[in-house]
Amino acid sequence: MSLNTKDIDKLCELARLAILPDEIADVSAKLSDIVALVDQLQSADTDGVPPMAHPLDRSQRLRADVVTEADERELFQENAPLVERGLYLVPKVID
Amino acid sequence: MQFEAVIGLEIHTQLATESKIFSGAATRYGAEPNSQACLVDLGYPGVLPVLNREAVLMAIRFGLATHCRIAERSVFARKNYFYPDLPKGYQISQYELPIVHGGYIDVICDDEIKRIGITRAHLEEDAGKSLHEDFQGMSGIDLNRAGTPLLEIVSEPDMRSAAEAGAYMRTIHTLVRYLGISDGNMQEGSYRCDANVSIRPRGATELGTRTELKNLNSFRFVEKAIEIEIDRQIDIVEGGGKVVQETRLYDADRGETRSMRGKEEAEDYRYFPDPDLLPVSIDSALVEELRAALPELPADKRERFMSEYGLSAYDADILTASRPLADYYEDCVGHTQATAKLAANWVIGDLTAALNRAGLEIGESRIGASELGTLLDRIESGAISGKIAKEVFEAVWSGEGGVDEIIERRGLKQISDSASLEALVDEVIAANPAQVQQYRDGKTQVLGFFVGQVMKASQGRANPRQVNEILRAKLGG
Amino acid sequence: MHDNTLALTARALRAGDYSSLELTKHCLERIGRFDGTLNAFVSVTAEHALEQAAEADRRIAAGNATPLTGIPIAHKDIFCTAGIRTSCGSRMLDNFIAPYDATVVERLGAAGAVMLGKTNMDEFAMGSSNETSYYGAVLNPWDHDAVPGGSSGGSAAAVAARLVPGATGTDTGGSIRQPAALSGITGLKPTYGRVSRYGMIAFASSLDQAGTLTQTAEDAALLLEAMAGFDSRDSTSLDEPVPAYSKALDEPWADLTIGVPENFFDEGLDAGNAAAVNEALGELEKLGARRKSIRLDNVHLSVPAYYVVAPAEASSNLSRFDGVRYGYRSPEAMGDDLNGFYRRNRGEGFGAEVRRRILIGAWVLSTGYYDAYYLKAQKVRQLISNDFAKAFEAVDIVAGPTTPTPAFGLGQKTGDPVQMYLNDIYTIGANLAGLPAMSVPCGFSGGLPVGLQLIGPHLSEARLLRTAHRFQQASDWHARVPAGYG
Repeated sequence: MSLNTKDIDKLCELARLAILPDEIADVSAKLSDIVALVDQLQSADTDGVPPMAHPLDRSQRLRADVVTEADERELFQENAPLVERGLYLVPKVID
Repeated sequence: MQFEAVIGLEIHTQLATESKIFSGAATRYGAEPNSQACLVDLGYPGVLPVLNREAVLMAIRFGLATHCRIAERSVFARKNYFYPDLPKGYQISQYELPIVHGGYIDVICDDEIKRIGITRAHLEEDAGKSLHEDFQGMSGIDLNRAGTPLLEIVSEPDMRSAAEAGAYMRTIHTLVRYLGISDGNMQEGSYRCDANVSIRPRGATELGTRTELKNLNSFRFVEKAIEIEIDRQIDIVEGGGKVVQETRLYDADRGETRSMRGKEEAEDYRYFPDPDLLPVSIDSALVEELRAALPELPADKRERFMSEYGLSAYDADILTASRPLADYYEDCVGHTQATAKLAANWVIGDLTAALNRAGLEIGESRIGASELGTLLDRIESGAISGKIAKEVFEAVWSGEGGVDEIIERRGLKQISDSASLEALVDEVIAANPAQVQQYRDGKTQVLGFFVGQVMKASQGRANPRQVNEILRAKLGG
Repeated sequence: MHDNTLALTARALRAGDYSSLELTKHCLERIGRFDGTLNAFVSVTAEHALEQAAEADRRIAAGNATPLTGIPIAHKDIFCTAGIRTSCGSRMLDNFIAPYDATVVERLGAAGAVMLGKTNMDEFAMGSSNETSYYGAVLNPWDHDAVPGGSSGGSAAAVAARLVPGATGTDTGGSIRQPAALSGITGLKPTYGRVSRYGMIAFASSLDQAGTLTQTAEDAALLLEAMAGFDSRDSTSLDEPVPAYSKALDEPWADLTIGVPENFFDEGLDAGNAAAVNEALGELEKLGARRKSIRLDNVHLSVPAYYVVAPAEASSNLSRFDGVRYGYRSPEAMGDDLNGFYRRNRGEGFGAEVRRRILIGAWVLSTGYYDAYYLKAQKVRQLISNDFAKAFEAVDIVAGPTTPTPAFGLGQKTGDPVQMYLNDIYTIGANLAGLPAMSVPCGFSGGLPVGLQLIGPHLSEARLLRTAHRFQQASDWHARVPAGYG
């Protein structure tokens, strides 16, 4: 399995990453090497082995339904690139 | 060719928790933009979700009320996509192992009971909102709603008409409010739905290609949008075309559904178990505890109202449409000697009309259930007539005082003593010799005229039964 | 005073040999002198440190100090620090001022530790050489042409160069142990869930764990005591009592059986590393441990499994960096449509290695590949975890090399990601299984430090620390200081 330019394009779209045209060949080559590495997994006999999603074999702890957070909008928006009337601004969202 | 529609609904109902599903921020509606978005809701680097216990309990209650199985182990997964109202770039939802699955609910449509399967109900977080107006061509993002708990209720494709879909949506709406797990406020977006619609030749067993109608946020829109969509699909198929699987948006102003530009093909949500959260374990003791504490459900209450109070299906339907209304009705019945039917007539009739006029909820009624009971008692005992009762009701509603106080103050008590009534009757007979003659000539229908005159002379207070008797005796004599 | 261990420093402060303020100034002075070359720090928080030191001195004088009060430390720049830039080694967060403290930062701060600054790291902890940092490579104090390892390379170099007695790090696939080994210091990755992840910028959530980089196991014990413990803000935090690790270091060591995986010594292991590790194992036997040969049959699949699981989680974890609420926004992004806005911010904000991992992660989760890669990797993860569980039925500790080679040259592997990844072949297993593990200095190969790795069952940190401590009492590899930094 290797990833061609078209695959890379599709993944870049899925992951919302711009990659410059002159980078694509290098990205494609390196990703294909990585794919070759992870393809070694196919050699493992995993019949009947349950997938391990997490190292902790425990249950989710539940939080009491209590409001603990106050309004800290001003502080949190200090990091925001563009804000108006308390709203984060982005290019127009078209539904 | 005859077609039948196949419809399944995905209802999103916000759960009425105090705090968000994965954070301690408040869920109150209508706050200043981003004032209820904490670090977790904003998807800040390094912060982590912790699950709200109440949201889990609410989902279980819903499952129990719809005959679903409650998963001993359910898993939260990430649904990955980019959108400005989705701060983390993924929505925490449930995918393979939802908390609730495999149940049903009975829905009444056109006087028939129809069983609608519930495939699953899962917990997830709501997204924020994009606001488009007035930002110099940009959109503004408010993340207050981000992280509000949602229960997504997915039905089987068991509905065959827009009316059935509407009835199902109403039934679930009533149920979630009964259970106290959602306020069901559709204006505020607390209760909304997507519909999957397809058509097939009547009698066919395989499903046609379906379209998904997005964000139907009123009962009327659901029914209207589905009707329009069914017609559209039939037109396509009859014209020799093929229905395309796609997401469509209902445009209420133009009365049409339109495609959302192949949104679906582009999306690959890459679901995987959220490594920040562990599987949710629910033990049977908790389930039993919640089962025991479930309130009487709308369908059971409806049955009981019919059997216990002798109400018609129609009356029982209306009175059990919401828990506060049913509670009011039962409270009223418990405070009166009058029949349950009379109480039903008043609650459904005058009381509901008054509430509607004033734009009030039953909980805000200006006449309490026991006060209404008193009013019914006065009718039942003959102290006032039904007609006078309406006047008393209006006076109580306007805050003039209690039932008995108003009857007393306005002198509305029915005149039942024979001497006074006889005097009134005598006056009327004396004043209308022509009609007396007609009566005596055999035209007995003029009795009604005399009753009316006596009632008028008594300002409506005369006991009509007694007036009748006295008139008959005097005119006949 | 800078070459004292953390434990000795604590004693000196308590004895009044010098004040925290004096020590802090001295450390800041050394950072000023050496870090222009080493590049171990992304931010030096001198003012903040001096305030904390003065407060620590008051606390020591008042007699309510903890063992860490007044001790200078450095935090990997992956931990959020309120009011202080938290860059995660990325252009994406070059302008990011965290509005809150990570639990690790909060706890060490509450214990009275003095934060000197934030250390350099591979971008978003993705790397094994510290060369993917937006802030440039960190040099290995032992050889300025070599890498210090990564991703906690800045923390490792700072401790190795004796700029600070202890530092925090994070370990997702070896990011504490590998740089510790390559820099000649002691690194501890605790059991998954032992230390809260709250405020630690996520790379791969099911693998990430915070830990320590110090000169000695004793120092690691002191730091871990303060860092570890339940945190209600992290659903994966273990609600288990925290033992007094530093008090248990000298407890008797009865019948310790050390399992040595034969297949860790196959081809690929540098001969000098093999010799040093074998010698160290011999030393442990002399100290009374029994050596037992074991096999971890699926360990050769740990790198492939890791490079599916970690990128998958990372691709999702890093989706939040979109330039909307914080972080890098391209000057041209607002001229784009929404899609272009995202692509530009993320394309320019992330470096090449991070982008590669995001793309691989998106790929292994995408329709058509999920079962073959993501699910398969999870199953292999289970097999690897089972191998360890089986091993721990017969042995108390698994020991072997931390890395296949000593520190490699700067730029030597940057062109070949897979070669870079294979550096973590011995360390990744512990992350996949969630086990605690350490790297302890155990000799040199070609003049560069070599690490001995110790892996224990869940929550066996006390046992690992005791073993490492015993070894360090019988050896002095951990006390060697790179030339010029003494």
